[in-house]
Amino acid sequence: MQRTEVEQQAHALAARTARLSYGRLLALVAARSGDIAASEDALADAFKQALEQWPMRGVPSNPEAWLLTVARRRQIDHIRSADSRMRIDVDIDLLGLIADDDAEGSSSTDAMFPDERLKLLFVCAHPAINAAVRTPLMLQTVLGLEADEIARAFLVPTATMAQRLVRAKRKIGAARIPFVIPEPEELASRIEAVLEAVFGLFSIGWEAAPQVAISSGKELDEESLYLAGLLVQLLPGEPEVRGLAALIGYAHSRRAARVSSDGRYVPIDEQDVSLWDHTLIGWAEQQLQDARRAGSVGRFQLEASIQSVHAHRARSGTTDWQALALLYTGLMQLAPSVGAAVGRAIAISHVHGAQAGLDCLALVDATVLAAFQPALAARAHLLSRMGRVSDALAAYDDAIELTVDPVLSAHLLALREALRLDQPLG
Amino acid sequence: MKYTLFLYSDEVAFAAMPREQMRQAQAAYMAYTAALQASGVFVTTDWLQPTGTGTTLTLRDGQRRVQDGPYAATKEQLGGYYVIDVPNLDVALHWAEQCPAAQYGIIEIRPSGMG
Repeated sequence: MQRTEVEQQAHALAARTARLSYGRLLALVAARSGDIAASEDALADAFKQALEQWPMRGVPSNPEAWLLTVARRRQIDHIRSADSRMRIDVDIDLLGLIADDDAEGSSSTDAMFPDERLKLLFVCAHPAINAAVRTPLMLQTVLGLEADEIARAFLVPTATMAQRLVRAKRKIGAARIPFVIPEPEELASRIEAVLEAVFGLFSIGWEAAPQVAISSGKELDEESLYLAGLLVQLLPGEPEVRGLAALIGYAHSRRAARVSSDGRYVPIDEQDVSLWDHTLIGWAEQQLQDARRAGSVGRFQLEASIQSVHAHRARSGTTDWQALALLYTGLMQLAPSVGAAVGRAIAISHVHGAQAGLDCLALVDATVLAAFQPALAARAHLLSRMGRVSDALAAYDDAIELTVDPVLSAHLLALREALRLDQPLG
Repeated sequence: MKYTLFLYSDEVAFAAMPREQMRQAQAAYMAYTAALQASGVFVTTDWLQPTGTGTTLTLRDGQRRVQDGPYAATKEQLGGYYVIDVPNLDVALHWAEQCPAAQYGIIEIRPSGMG
């Protein structure tokens, strides 16, 4: 009986360590060997050994250090036993490097581990890696998500996603993409891809939260906020880094207000501002101010500025739609996207009326619009405001069909139902 | 780690190049090779005859088939290569960027299978 309890404790601790420290551990192992796939195997082995040994010998005082040491030993064993006909010179170098670290690994405390995840981010977003696989690669290596969870978030079959990830990791090892933070003169050109991928991570955590976060027990948007903060520490002078940090900070500050206590979706301009995290808003505002001081406008700064206008409602009591319309127009010029076009249409509809908003939506390519849920929802709202009831009902149906998030889906259904009941009979 | 930089370019345009421009191109390649050698990363290089002089060989079911011409006809052809020995892909990319072919052709960087 007692044994089972100890076993359960060991399991729980291993699971907790896996959840909290997977990316950090993988980055530490892979930064030395340069081989992500082999490091994943070594780390998986270490977790397996933990489950076998911790129940019998007791849980180590520093589980991370224990796992790191075991994973690094596994990798040395693997290299020694591997058929290394032609790579013998390289592998001897590698053994030396891993062994050096091994000596200090067992006595290290958590605070002594450098966070190597930034290096891992730069590897995942290396220009030699296919742009489409960069964010999935970060999700798997930095945050430890399974291929099937990533596949679900990207709406592709699991086998396809697994194959893309394997291929990318093989390339990192074979072409020897270095685990380094680029030199200052190269940094500016490399940082954009990292920001894009961290933004992708944030979007998935934010929009697909019900599907991804719950199944893996991870808070993706919280992780992206942490990574954005790390990037600010590394590159305090890069305005777009601060812009992204501000954007994620603002969005995250409204986390508690997105869904009401009875589980209903609450649109941003109707949220209870007392539920917003005002410390985080202050932090985001500071990031945005520092970014602006550098004097070069960028996409993430504009997106953060849009968020700051929404945040300002906490003080002014109203949403400044005129400012939003201007900012979205600027964003459309700098970095056009269907998301920005929809944001602009909504802002303009508040300034110049629903028809003006619909006119903006009409500028978006019809096939793109038909596949983008927020665009369909916006169209339904605008048609409804204009009193075009039957068009609006049809538009709500289109939008609901594309809505994955059950909370949002319920919100749209409720709006549709209210509109239908409002309709004069006959 | 050895990397081979495969230099692809339009060989027709290259053949039609005026003599003075050709001399300049040759000087650029000599300078590049010298820079690689001075840095200790140079392994070997070659400048290939046009693809029309190429021969393709395949062995299928023990049958040797030899054919005239290059494997695939594309706008750009393999015109030469450099083998360099550098620590990682970023350093290889740094050297590829210095190569004259980067300005008018395409450079493919492939890691060696032999380390």
